[in-house]
Amino acid sequence: MSVVTNTTTIGAIELPSRRNTELLLLVFAVVIPIFAYANVGLAVHGKLPPGMLAYGLGLGLLAGIGHFVVRRYAKYADPLLLPLATLLNGLGLVLIWRLDQSERLQNLAERQFGAFSPSAPNQLFYTAVGIALFVGVLLLLKDHRTLQRFTYISMAAALVLLILPVVPGLGADVFGAKIWISVAGFSIQPGEFAKIVIAVFFAGYLMVKRDALALASRRFMGLYLPRGRDLGPILMIWAMSLLILIFENDLGTSLLFFGMFVIMLYVATERTSWIVIGLLMSVGGAVVVAGFSGHVEARVNAWLDPFACYTTSGACEQVGQSLMSFGSGGVLGTGLGQGHSDLILFAANSDFIFSTVGEELGLAGVMAFLLLYGLIIERGARTALAARDPFGKLFAIGLSGAFAIQIFVVAGGVMGLIPLTGMTMPFLASGGSSVIANWALIGILIRISDTARRPAPAPAPSPDAEMTQVVRPS
Amino acid sequence: MNKPLRRIAIFCGLLVLALLVRTNWLQYVQAEELSTRKENRRVAIAQYAQERGNIIANGKPITGSVVTDGSDYKYKRTYIDGPMWAPVTGFASQAFGSTQLENLEDKILTGNDDRLFFDRTIGMFTGEKRQGGNVVTTLMPAAQKAAFKGLGSNKGAVVALDPRTGAILALASAPSYDPSSFAGNSKKDEKAWVSLKDSKNKELVNRALRETYPPGSTFKVVTAAAALEHKVVTDINAPTDTPEPYILPGTRTPMVNQHGGCKNASLNKALEVSCNSVFANMGDKVTRDKMVETAEKFGFNDPEIDTPVRAFASVYDKTMSRDGNAQSSIGQFNTAATPLQMAMVAAAVANDGKLMKPYMVDRLTAPNLDVIEQTDPQEMSRPLSAENAEKLQAMMVNVVEKGTGTRAQIDGATVGGKTGTAQHGEKNKKRPYAWFISYATTDKGAVAVAVVIEDSNATREDISGSGLAAPIAKDVMQAVLKAQG
Repeated sequence: MSVVTNTTTIGAIELPSRRNTELLLLVFAVVIPIFAYANVGLAVHGKLPPGMLAYGLGLGLLAGIGHFVVRRYAKYADPLLLPLATLLNGLGLVLIWRLDQSERLQNLAERQFGAFSPSAPNQLFYTAVGIALFVGVLLLLKDHRTLQRFTYISMAAALVLLILPVVPGLGADVFGAKIWISVAGFSIQPGEFAKIVIAVFFAGYLMVKRDALALASRRFMGLYLPRGRDLGPILMIWAMSLLILIFENDLGTSLLFFGMFVIMLYVATERTSWIVIGLLMSVGGAVVVAGFSGHVEARVNAWLDPFACYTTSGACEQVGQSLMSFGSGGVLGTGLGQGHSDLILFAANSDFIFSTVGEELGLAGVMAFLLLYGLIIERGARTALAARDPFGKLFAIGLSGAFAIQIFVVAGGVMGLIPLTGMTMPFLASGGSSVIANWALIGILIRISDTARRPAPAPAPSPDAEMTQVVRPS
Repeated sequence: MNKPLRRIAIFCGLLVLALLVRTNWLQYVQAEELSTRKENRRVAIAQYAQERGNIIANGKPITGSVVTDGSDYKYKRTYIDGPMWAPVTGFASQAFGSTQLENLEDKILTGNDDRLFFDRTIGMFTGEKRQGGNVVTTLMPAAQKAAFKGLGSNKGAVVALDPRTGAILALASAPSYDPSSFAGNSKKDEKAWVSLKDSKNKELVNRALRETYPPGSTFKVVTAAAALEHKVVTDINAPTDTPEPYILPGTRTPMVNQHGGCKNASLNKALEVSCNSVFANMGDKVTRDKMVETAEKFGFNDPEIDTPVRAFASVYDKTMSRDGNAQSSIGQFNTAATPLQMAMVAAAVANDGKLMKPYMVDRLTAPNLDVIEQTDPQEMSRPLSAENAEKLQAMMVNVVEKGTGTRAQIDGATVGGKTGTAQHGEKNKKRPYAWFISYATTDKGAVAVAVVIEDSNATREDISGSGLAAPIAKDVMQAVLKAQG
């Protein structure tokens, strides 16, 4: 692929920067959550929530900073990504604040920890940190291709991040999954950051090896099978995913990494065989692990028929409660603040926050949220299409693909489409690591899309043009 | 590289599409099923989210609601004189479900009934909170009190009807329970519930509607009615052809009388002193199928007597042998009746042979007291012609004036009745049930009562319809007549 080959999406003429579109969309992305916030306050307490002005200004300010930095440092970036992330983050804050008002959850926290502390202020703080990181990415990462230099460092970093929760003294086993570490009183989920770091490694590695992986292969039963030595890396990633699954009890993250790798491998090599091999390996691995992990087995049973084991298994009760939340919401939902999605008690504002969307905003709301996520994913995929360099393409599709898998795994889990795994809904769920990492992810996509949509620099006038005849291959 | 990229983009789109399809499935197709599952606590939460409407007797509520703290359920049901009214109201417990009127009229009481749709819609615009409607019963507090007090520490039940309409005036069951004691969902409520549920005394059973007893001699009224209706007897004072001892047909077992002078006794005399032989013989002469016919006209074998709380079906066996039929004619063998059923028998006689359908809900009202539904008295059947009813009335009045029911006499009222002492248990060893059914009429009103007392503390000899049950019936009838004017 040559650099000057223009796809249909990139014209040779200078594109409009679309920054004003972004600004207009951002206004909506800030105003909608403010209305939602007022709505919750009116429904729960019968009056407008006290911090409404501060909340509105805070969200507006954060969005404004984001927009300013994009306008200044990533002028040609995709205009949809920032407003979409802002809207989801803003509504997430409202949902978390709404669940903070739940007496049931307050009582639960008092019983379990002796005191209840609201999550919304923390989440607002993490959002600020996330947007700071977003700004940091845009300021420091002038060109995403610099990340290519860190291919192997990224691999090491990702491995370290993934192993951290298992390190004694650092890791914290919370509700059966060892995916947290606690540092200085903060709980961090390294897996969320590992997602981005490992995408750097995959993109860098595959860019270099793609020809070997694609071409040096044998044909067997209509499939191109890679050579043994090229299977090495995929086997390693596979083993790593399984180890995460076994030691950290985290089916979701393991699926996420493996899925991301298969997607990137397929894009890099254009060989369908990799998808087949990937699917076979993931199914095989999952079956083997499910065989000796009670945790996974319980989740599968809960998925098959949550109401059959509703009273006997916690996993079944969670899924059952979640399904009843969705069902009780119906088409239009109960309205914010008027549902009982908090009946699920456990992880109501993190893993199961989408149930609250289901109950209080109904089918209409859930579809709107899914479409918002779908838009982020497809804007990411489009960024990959538009990117001019293979590293950028791989990196962008890796991140978007991982995002898509994460949405599918989490939403599919709480809706009973697939077995439930403990992961968080990006931007909605309460959790610092998740929101910070996802803002970084959006920052990177914006950077890549800016590079992709930026008009190609005019060929530098060659000073030798008149002295030397350069024979260019056409 | 773009071809696989496009494919991946489509793949990601499919993932989102799968989620979209799934949410439509959950929230549209399965919504109804999921939102009403028994595991779904939202159902109960909605039930107790607003103040529940009241059940009303004689203009005064016998129920209430209080706000609870720290519970999923905002309002809790309370009861005024809970144990006395429990057979009428049933219970509405946050944790243990609801029964009887609280259950059957739940939609009115919670305000969810379709007929309250208009009120709800207006409430949506005016911002008024949703309210429950009321259930106005036919019960008469004075009669209910007399009945419940009369039962005292005995086990038993009392039913009083207005023979002219079928309206239930008293419906008492003892020992009773206080539905307030487990209306909430606290540990204390649970304890109260568990101890009641497993109690040997079966407090939760509504004996007036949901327990059948052998009716004993009180059933002789039905047998007499059958004999008159099927023209086996036309003159109640003519001697019947009854040998002494009377041997049950097809057996060698004699039918024992508790009283002398039963040989060839007239129907009137036989009822007065409660001759077993005469009525067993009478039942045999009427024949089984015709006995069944009359008994069913009185309401026996009807599994759907809805007041609206459904009473158990009383039984008169349709397939038993000849000797079984003879024994059944004196209310033993397979015959079993609820107290309500026996009150219906007395009521039909008192109402000149016309049996009115028993009911206890007079009307349902909206929160603003508009009547949503009014129950009109309904004729259920005509077990007796007016002429025969008159004869039977004379016989029952005779029982109270000269026979076993003298303790039920009331000044200024015509009272007819019949006692009963029903044996039961293996070889009839258990303490017998004491029965009394009666009616009283004045020119201003009328009432029919059935009283049953099981397993009383009194000694075996004392247990007779006359000694234990008749005074209660008298008090209840007096209370009703006084209230009627």
